[in-house]
Amino acid sequence: MADDPRINRPTQVDPDRVFNFLVEPPTREELINTARGVILYLEDISVSFDGFRALNELTLYIGTGELRCIIGPNGAGKTTLMDVITGKTRPDWGTAYFGQRVNLLRRSEPEIASMGIGRKFQKPTVFEQHTVHENLELAMESDKRVWNTLFCSLTGEEKDRIGEVLELISLSELVGKQAGALSHGQKQWLEIGMLLMQNPLLLLVDEPVAGMTQQETEATAALLTRLAGDHSVVVVEHDMEFVRSIARQVTVLHEGSVLAEGPFDAIQEDSKVREVYLGS
Amino acid sequence: MLTQMMLQRLMDHDRGGWVFLAVLLAIGILVPVANLLVPADSFFHIPTYTVTLLGKYLCFALLALSLDLVWGYCGILSLGHGAFFALGGYAMGMYLMRQIGTRGVYGDPELPDFMVFLNWDSLPWYWYGFDQFWFAALMVMIVPGALAFVFGWLAFRSRVSGVYLSIMTQALTYALMLAFFRNELGFGGNNGLTDFKDILGASLQSDVTRVVLFVCSVVALALGYLVCRFIVTSKLGRVVTAVRDAEARTRFIGYRVEHYQVCIFTVSAVIAGIAGALYVPQVGIINPSEFQPLNSIELVVWVALGGRATLYGAALGAGLVNYIKTVLTGALPEVWLFVLGALFVIVTVALPRGVIGIWRQLRLRENHG
Repeated sequence: MADDPRINRPTQVDPDRVFNFLVEPPTREELINTARGVILYLEDISVSFDGFRALNELTLYIGTGELRCIIGPNGAGKTTLMDVITGKTRPDWGTAYFGQRVNLLRRSEPEIASMGIGRKFQKPTVFEQHTVHENLELAMESDKRVWNTLFCSLTGEEKDRIGEVLELISLSELVGKQAGALSHGQKQWLEIGMLLMQNPLLLLVDEPVAGMTQQETEATAALLTRLAGDHSVVVVEHDMEFVRSIARQVTVLHEGSVLAEGPFDAIQEDSKVREVYLGS
Repeated sequence: MLTQMMLQRLMDHDRGGWVFLAVLLAIGILVPVANLLVPADSFFHIPTYTVTLLGKYLCFALLALSLDLVWGYCGILSLGHGAFFALGGYAMGMYLMRQIGTRGVYGDPELPDFMVFLNWDSLPWYWYGFDQFWFAALMVMIVPGALAFVFGWLAFRSRVSGVYLSIMTQALTYALMLAFFRNELGFGGNNGLTDFKDILGASLQSDVTRVVLFVCSVVALALGYLVCRFIVTSKLGRVVTAVRDAEARTRFIGYRVEHYQVCIFTVSAVIAGIAGALYVPQVGIINPSEFQPLNSIELVVWVALGGRATLYGAALGAGLVNYIKTVLTGALPEVWLFVLGALFVIVTVALPRGVIGIWRQLRLRENHG
């Protein structure tokens, strides 16, 4: 129960407040304490599938506002790592904390998402039957309970927010178009836009430039670098050119654990990394 | 004023819906007039038999509407929706049984005939209250709704979906059929509930009662359409369609997908229950064969033929298929099942968007050509 902030607030006894349960629920910033400058703590995470160790005592910290690239050969555990963080897969052991207080291993996927971890899938996944606008509207940070969605309509503020994100992902002209009719690159951006609508603290982006043209890749690199700072961004990518163009910090995964970590150039020089990954 | 605004949101970009409601209004006025006011020897007279038959179609259309809500919009293919229809029907049937009173064969003021026949000496507890119309009317909604809620909660929480869920709904209706066949359950076993005399004091045999029931069915279908339309045009509707198209994505942007599925499934079951309750007084009988899996599968064909995710398409499909069924079972009874099978194949192979789909495609071509 250590992750329940109300338990950590015993000094909150207010003489005017007779009923303790009337204490307002903590805000997201209170809930996710990042005072130490670290937003994600993963320690000793191990996951096995039918005897295969997908993650092996993996330890990884992500700082607030950081842009981190994770690279590694196929089967190194990159997607499993994303699954653990977003609550899709429960590890066999290890700890995963979001900020200093939230134990990710006890939360469901929707809870983790609404606390501010947004995930972009490897294959672009948008709602193809909905328009670009509706996609963003659905993703927006809001009361996502059933009853509320039956009666709510967009406020002016929310419309502005959608406009802002549209601008950022350069899809303003296509706002009324069905998402299914977008090009591959546009779908990737729309999905990133959907993540942004949730006001996430941490963005997990799985292979954002797979299948993109050179131009689109550059635009995506610019977009992700712009997002870092306000958000923490973790990018999983194969394309080394792309990684070079955005990364300050690179983590190399190999057989389910961290092989090396550091700036791109240092990583490139690392002999262990060259052996397993760069192949020379 | 508020209603006007609401109507506007409902009906914007919904020409098909306008046509549908206009047709309902027209038959809701013309059919009663042609039955009650036009003299029986006139060409325009509609016999009571036809009124009841049309009323039956309307109930089926409402049932199809409820399936379209879960299948067309939420992507849950329920192969057991007939169960909710039948449960609503049984709740209404129990009320009608209690109205028979001493006019039954055995003349028992309290017990329905089949209970006297089984030598029961008192009414089982779950029949209490069904002598009151309001109680029965509530049960018509609560019983199917509660079953759908519990079933849906268990299934969707465990993330059962797709074909597995379809099979489970099929098993549900089959299990209910077997249960209702048993005399010990206290719902008339094999024979079900029948020999109804009157509803709210009005004789079920009279033309006026028949026409009133018909008009009630028209109103229920129109209201059902508006309720479904309200749901699918709200953000809730967009979330639900999102679940249908990309469930994992919806979950990762923070929606409790299972809550949405349970909600839609339950609403749909309630609508199906109401359809069943209107159906029973018009056909005069409810028995376990209504739980047959085949009924639920036929229902899927109605919706698929009309066109999924259009609402009025489902109602149209129900009317069309049932009309064909009425004609064929009268003229060439042995052909009907083959035609049903053929319809299923044709829709799957050639008409994935149903009749409404063809119509839309034609209009699109006109606009571009």
